[in-house]
Amino acid sequence: MSGATSEVPAILLDRVGKSFAAGGQSVAALEDFCARVAKGSVTGLIGPDGAGKTTLMRLIAGLLRLDRGRIEVLGIDVAKEPLRVQAAIGYMPQHFGLYEDLTVRENLDLYADLQGLAQADRPERYAELLHMTGLGPFGRRLAGRLSGGMKQKLGLACTLVRAPRLLLLDEPTVGVDPVSRRELWAIVDSLVRSEGMTVLLSTAYLDEAERCGAVLLMHQGRLIGQGAPADFTRPMAERSFRVTAPGVGKRRLQERLARIPGVLDALIQGSHVRIVSESVAAPSLAALGPGFETALISPSPARFEDGFVALLKKGGRTAPPESAPPLPQERSKRPPAPSRNLIVVDHVRRRFGSFYAVDDVSFTVEKGEVFGLLGANGAGKSTTFRMLCGLLPPSSGSLRVAGYDLRRAAAAARARIGYMAQKFSLYGDLSVNENLRFFASAYGLYGARRRARIAAARAEFELGPYARASSRDLPLGYKQRLALACALMHQPDILFLDEPTSGVDPLARREFWRRINALAESGVTILVTTHFMEEAEYCDRLVIMAHGRVLAEGASEDIKARFQSAERPEPTMEDAFVGLIERDERERVAA
Amino acid sequence: MSEKAQILSGAGSLGRLNGLLRKEFAQIARDPSSIAIAFLLPAMLLLIFGYGVSLDAKNVPLALVVEKPGAAAASFTASFMHSPYFRPRRFLTIEKAERAMAAREVEGIVWLRADFTRRLAAGGAPIGVIVNGVDANDARLIEGYLQQISAGWITARAEDRGMPAPMPIRVQPRVWFNPSLRSRNTLVPGLIAIIMTLSGALLTAMVIAREWERGTMEALMVTRVSIHEILLAKLIPYFTLGMGGMAASVAMAVWLFGVPLHGSLLLLAAASALFLLAALGMGLLISSFARNQFVAGQIAIIATFLPAFILSGFLFNIDSMPAPIQAITYLIAARYFVAILQTVFLAGDLWSVILPNMAALALMALLFLGAARLLARKRLD
Repeated sequence: MSGATSEVPAILLDRVGKSFAAGGQSVAALEDFCARVAKGSVTGLIGPDGAGKTTLMRLIAGLLRLDRGRIEVLGIDVAKEPLRVQAAIGYMPQHFGLYEDLTVRENLDLYADLQGLAQADRPERYAELLHMTGLGPFGRRLAGRLSGGMKQKLGLACTLVRAPRLLLLDEPTVGVDPVSRRELWAIVDSLVRSEGMTVLLSTAYLDEAERCGAVLLMHQGRLIGQGAPADFTRPMAERSFRVTAPGVGKRRLQERLARIPGVLDALIQGSHVRIVSESVAAPSLAALGPGFETALISPSPARFEDGFVALLKKGGRTAPPESAPPLPQERSKRPPAPSRNLIVVDHVRRRFGSFYAVDDVSFTVEKGEVFGLLGANGAGKSTTFRMLCGLLPPSSGSLRVAGYDLRRAAAAARARIGYMAQKFSLYGDLSVNENLRFFASAYGLYGARRRARIAAARAEFELGPYARASSRDLPLGYKQRLALACALMHQPDILFLDEPTSGVDPLARREFWRRINALAESGVTILVTTHFMEEAEYCDRLVIMAHGRVLAEGASEDIKARFQSAERPEPTMEDAFVGLIERDERERVAA
Repeated sequence: MSEKAQILSGAGSLGRLNGLLRKEFAQIARDPSSIAIAFLLPAMLLLIFGYGVSLDAKNVPLALVVEKPGAAAASFTASFMHSPYFRPRRFLTIEKAERAMAAREVEGIVWLRADFTRRLAAGGAPIGVIVNGVDANDARLIEGYLQQISAGWITARAEDRGMPAPMPIRVQPRVWFNPSLRSRNTLVPGLIAIIMTLSGALLTAMVIAREWERGTMEALMVTRVSIHEILLAKLIPYFTLGMGGMAASVAMAVWLFGVPLHGSLLLLAAASALFLLAALGMGLLISSFARNQFVAGQIAIIATFLPAFILSGFLFNIDSMPAPIQAITYLIAARYFVAILQTVFLAGDLWSVILPNMAALALMALLFLGAARLLARKRLD
């Protein structure tokens, strides 16, 4: 098999098409997908949830039948000889099947047996893999008792037991803490560099694009761009700026900036607003009108996401109407009640068996704030949320929401809370209208008031065209709107959002946050959990959580500023997060 | 081509199968759920059904209404007092007895009217017998017992007086294979077949569904492992476990329920092995379309346990079913196993019964395992 010439790409995708049957009709997951993945590099398959990334990975691995087109992997036709392809590649599915009741070592043994690695070669290969993944000390630990990041690394080690020529990684970094994420990337980089492996890695995190050698950008089952990451950012060079306006609320500034001509994108970044211009020239701030005289503009480096947003806005995306709800005028500026803490979490702990999912967490949220809980999967965010909703009693400590103690008056507190669960808990079989009606009655609305609220929700979230569609078949962005509409049905003054935008495309995420900002401006207090570093920037203040504890609390720029150094004058949220975890680990070792 | 040869080579295959088997046994040892299905579930079902389901009527509460006490009436009622089948209660009026029956405090009424002694002497005394027909089966049993007891009393009374018994013929029944007519003796072996149907199908269906749920199956699929290896690696451990469960059930039948075992253990083991293969095959078949444990469990119960319960002849006699339903019973593997178990336990190694049923079981095992193999794909769609 050494005859493979360098012209043969690692993966050749030729007009690939795949459809699935859904509700009696055929839905195209991939359409007319053509691409080549070059050998010896990391290629990123980048796109939001539902873009077709996993379907493509499975087709390449020979796990799904191809409807149209042709796929060649390392010169082998996948449709004809799936076994030969599977023998040559390594594939790590999104939820890698580790056997949780086997130890680290036993999982490795199983995959060594399955991959046919000779007994004699095992000690050396195991040593290499365990060293690379840092799992050396945990050989006898059950896989189920590893942290999320360690599980991902063990999964990777299992697929690498016998070095494959092509490695497929399906969203290996989703929900993993930033330290593990960096470690995973370091492993992938070293595989490509030192073993000459070809890696195809899918991700919904746009900031990972810049670490890839080449990028395939996917949206709604189609390839909308391919090339080196720089090819996407280059056209955006000198079109990004940061705008500050002392004395003006950042949300009002962002809302205003998004409306002036020539601005492609406006996004809150900590204390300032980052805008992308439609052309190289900076948009004129004079267009902001009265009240924004203090606005200052300075250049900012281009990012991959800018390129994606530009492509989506240019390309024929089924664009959600650009009509964000107008921000309420300053009318609702009630007198700032002196430090009205609407949510008070005081030394809360929650134990499951001998394990503290939440360990001595304290924070307060003021009225009208957007407050974030940032952390990886398993950091304790969801447990904290459940306690705040009164769904789970704390083991010790106290929680107060809107003045009610959740131990005693959970129901009264809940009446003030709107809750949008992860993955939107909607009734898939019910239509949009029926979902709205159901949630309205669940919140105790009836008669004229119920009708009025439903009509208002339909208008405000522009759900009219989908009113009769069953909510299962809605596009992700509309599902999100419907979930938000349901959560706001009873006009709560506190809104809980659990991972609201994980996996939705950048435009839908922007639209969603425009609505959230408008709500915050009108005085609604918002508590949001996220594992997106990016999303943390939209919050007024946040806490960073790991292992059930709070590592830092404050405004995002204050947290970032603590990690400023000579070599990193502008640390990112991720830099700060990594710094916090490392410091915490040092302290724990010292203790 | 050397690569292909290597993929298909026997040595590599054996290595992979070994790896899969080691994994499966390690999981069985650490996760109690499959041990629970193999041992706990049969033991529990045997206890519940073995003690709970009985087709014998015993200690039936019975109302005795004697309107006018007398020597004849006293000796008549005394014969009920000593019967193991009845637990008599005395009532003074028929109305009270009827109320008790309406309240299901008694299942039958025996009514001796005021003129009982007088009409007995005259040669024909009617005895009123009322039986609660809500449970038709029990009613028939009770009626039979009542007739037996009163006939016995009449015969004894005639003999006491040196008169010939007023009975033209005497039936001398002999019951073969289960002389004590304990329904438990036939029920328990049948139960074992039903229980092994459920636990066999559940074992394979659930563990494969679990692999789908946890995403381990997808990871396995992309290795060099073949579908044969995956299926064998499930079949071998759970066959072992299932045979263990079977042995435990037989032990319970013999030592706990006192069912006699007349046939040979070897034959029993051979039949059980064939049946277990069929049951595990059903589980594998279910797992080829049920990809989460809840659905797999539901299907296993509805598609294997319930038909086996109703159509295997364990509880309801197949010969008295309508022809179309009788035809369906031929598709139920448990039907053949019930016949074998009842024969081996109660009659012994009766080859004329056992051989055809064994052949049918072998066919069923082949059918289910073959179908499972055909439907299993190394693909997700």
